[in-house]
Amino acid sequence: MNYDVAVVGAGVVGALIARELSRTDLRVALLEKCNDVAMGTTKANSAIVHGGFDAANGTLKAKLNVRGTELMPQLCGLLHVPYRNNGSLVLAFSDEEMQHVHALYERGLKNGVPKLSILDKDAVLALEPHVSGEVVGALLSETAGIVCPYELTIAATENAVTNGVEFFRNCAVTAIQKHADGFTLETTRGEISASYVVNAAGIHSDDIARMIGDDSISLVARKGEYYLLDKAYGYLADHTIFQCPNKMGKGVLVTPTVDGNLLIGPSALDVEDKEDVDTTAQGLQFVVEKAKRSVPDLNLRGAITSFAGMRAHSTTDDFIIGFSEKSDRFLNVAGIESPGLSAAPAIAKMVYGMVCEKTNAAERADFVPGREAPVRFRNMTKSEREALIAKNKAYGRVICRCETITEGEILDAIHAPAGARDVDGVKRRTRAGMGRCQGGFCGSKVVEILSRELHLPMNEVTKFGGDSKILFGKTK
Amino acid sequence: MLQYDLVVVGGGPAGMAAALQAHEDGVEKILVLERADTLGGILEQCIHTGFGLHYFGEELSGPEYAARFSDALYKTNIDVKVDTMVLDISAENVVTAVNNFDGILTVQAKAVVLAMGCRERPRGALSIAGSRPSGIMTAGTAQKYVNIDGYMPGKTVVILGSGDIGLIMARRMTLEGAKVKAVCELMPYSGGLTRNIVQCLEDFGIPLRLSCTVIQTHGKERLEGVTVANVDEHSQPIPGTEEYIPCDTLMLSVGLIPENELSKSAGVTLDPVTNGPVVDEYRETSKKGVFACGNVLQVHDLVDYVTEESKLAGAGAAKFIRNEKPAGGLVSTAGANGVRYVVPQRINRQTDRDVKLYFRVGKVMESVMLSVSCGDETLISRKKRKMAPGEMEYVTLKASDLAKLPEGAKLVVSTREA
Repeated sequence: MNYDVAVVGAGVVGALIARELSRTDLRVALLEKCNDVAMGTTKANSAIVHGGFDAANGTLKAKLNVRGTELMPQLCGLLHVPYRNNGSLVLAFSDEEMQHVHALYERGLKNGVPKLSILDKDAVLALEPHVSGEVVGALLSETAGIVCPYELTIAATENAVTNGVEFFRNCAVTAIQKHADGFTLETTRGEISASYVVNAAGIHSDDIARMIGDDSISLVARKGEYYLLDKAYGYLADHTIFQCPNKMGKGVLVTPTVDGNLLIGPSALDVEDKEDVDTTAQGLQFVVEKAKRSVPDLNLRGAITSFAGMRAHSTTDDFIIGFSEKSDRFLNVAGIESPGLSAAPAIAKMVYGMVCEKTNAAERADFVPGREAPVRFRNMTKSEREALIAKNKAYGRVICRCETITEGEILDAIHAPAGARDVDGVKRRTRAGMGRCQGGFCGSKVVEILSRELHLPMNEVTKFGGDSKILFGKTK
Repeated sequence: MLQYDLVVVGGGPAGMAAALQAHEDGVEKILVLERADTLGGILEQCIHTGFGLHYFGEELSGPEYAARFSDALYKTNIDVKVDTMVLDISAENVVTAVNNFDGILTVQAKAVVLAMGCRERPRGALSIAGSRPSGIMTAGTAQKYVNIDGYMPGKTVVILGSGDIGLIMARRMTLEGAKVKAVCELMPYSGGLTRNIVQCLEDFGIPLRLSCTVIQTHGKERLEGVTVANVDEHSQPIPGTEEYIPCDTLMLSVGLIPENELSKSAGVTLDPVTNGPVVDEYRETSKKGVFACGNVLQVHDLVDYVTEESKLAGAGAAKFIRNEKPAGGLVSTAGANGVRYVVPQRINRQTDRDVKLYFRVGKVMESVMLSVSCGDETLISRKKRKMAPGEMEYVTLKASDLAKLPEGAKLVVSTREA
């Protein structure tokens, strides 16, 4: 199979790059080693669109964050991805921290961040009544927001596939042969040839670069742990509430999610194993203790799940975006840690520019910039629901009772371009199983539907691909 | 909009008994809404026996117990809609539901019985550290896979929590050829019925490890093992007691939570201890004409008690519809000294029947005096040989005694050393 461009990695960065490249007449392949998109850093992070005041002046992080945050609302509108411009606060609990807040404000201005202001204690408490009374002031960033990172990735991939990108799942790149006019990628699904490679392999992008002899990228796997709380606790924060940052990251935040839950985290721990996303008792305890400093009323009785994600921290402390020294056809997009999600739309535009310059690609006239809005039964009015069920009975059968997700929505998720192939894929696309019972009731029904629609025996259906099967054989 | 005298939300044992009682008491138009594709609720997957010993005086399986009620129900003119999910109950008792044959359904009800049952506490609520592989599920989910779908969810199993479903599944998995390596219980006593510990664990040589919990899960794709550890009196793991147990499945039986999201949206007041509605002796909630019974009200150990309670709710709804429900001054109830809660939480003094006060204790108690008192006056006093959190208890108050209490009186169920 011959492609003009192979994008390695279908996280938010790779998926948005593939979508951006699908504006052109280039033949693009999007390669993902897992059974679904958004399976690495993208599925487990703070889901924040940062204002852009945090990164040092002049860095790619600063520039692409500010631009990405500017692009995000329109992009999410086009792709029908939940996004909310809720604004963020960096709290200060001492005069020393207040000085830091002033420094962030100055840095933000230099980075070109609009709508920054410094609030005194009363103003903070007026905005966020559940913030600790010990707060002395805060930096308000009105352009900051929250987004659903995996839904953004799913939507971007869907849209890319609609525009002709070929998506390969379970396609891990194991070796790359370099030729004068391109590459042969050896993958777990056979050989794939491409004139250009975009390396967007997240925490593994150093390994992928090494396959062409480029060992310039040095990544540290930095684990972060989170708690997700029930929607009943969503009232505790409206803005994204940060603490003053330290060298390991932006500190523990308390934020609403686009779905109305409350998210607290992350911890920060450098680990050896890039796949080590185990949660730890210490990490979770750290998160709770730190988060309570910002919002003392937090209560773990509301916890519905905890999880860990991996940051791909570059030792250069900045994003690495550029053609490799080993090949001017091999484009590294690496070290995309925070504010990577915020920057992703701008990163995609930047990569698009770099690839087009090399290839002289032409824009397609028939590019479809958006996707159709997915059906969200839970958000509909009575008459909308009636009309929907009249069209298709499957929308009248509620499968996930906690989140009110219908069979029709699950069928849509499975049959969409680059659709769901496993239980977690259905969950991320529809929210079935994401509520209070965490799939206790609907899990088996989702397995049944996947089995029926994908013509798989029940015991071949997985939680997230690979060996994550849910059932063994039949009973006696 | 459809018009019904009574809408029953949930067609499990609670909803069926309430509907049948209301029918028997003369309510004419009754509608039962059930989200599953059959009546019977969770009993349908409880294929073991032990149901009905109290109520029918014989030992039935779950589906047999349910069939006694569903058979009776289908012989009446009670309307039933299965595969129907209730979405909302309004302040005016308009019930909105959805299914794939009527579409959106709105029903004006004179009275509503809430009988939605309960759900199992999931892993997330426990914060067990470790990986997120497949093979971790609640015992009830595993029970559905085995008993309804006919698939094995695991071969080597550790069960966390000794609630009844966990105990039942330990035996069920063993009978299907799986190896159940241990049942770990955080508390120093089991949360299940004694008969289940004997019949499901001891008879099969399955170890019950008390004061022990799972502290970590291992395995990236499918579960490969768990680390268990003993815990101290504050339920904290004791360093040095960690033990790795290889297994492909972890089943959780760590508590049941009444499913009251609908009740909350309907404006019903909940009891913070039971997580179920605050009710009177006929199981009427804080919202007029809305009744609650079964596991949505309080988690029961035995379906027989669910039936008893639900008949009360059905009778209460019938009286409400005919405007014959006793009224005239409430007394409240409360637990003290080791009694965690009492249901019902309030009683009409002029009630027309004796009232059973159901309660649970917070820890295992032996040789204690149990009393029901009102101020300085002790109404009932009785010696109890043993009480445990896993077994619901009750005492019966005579209607004639209740009538003598002053309005606003507070009845306290408490224990003291004998």
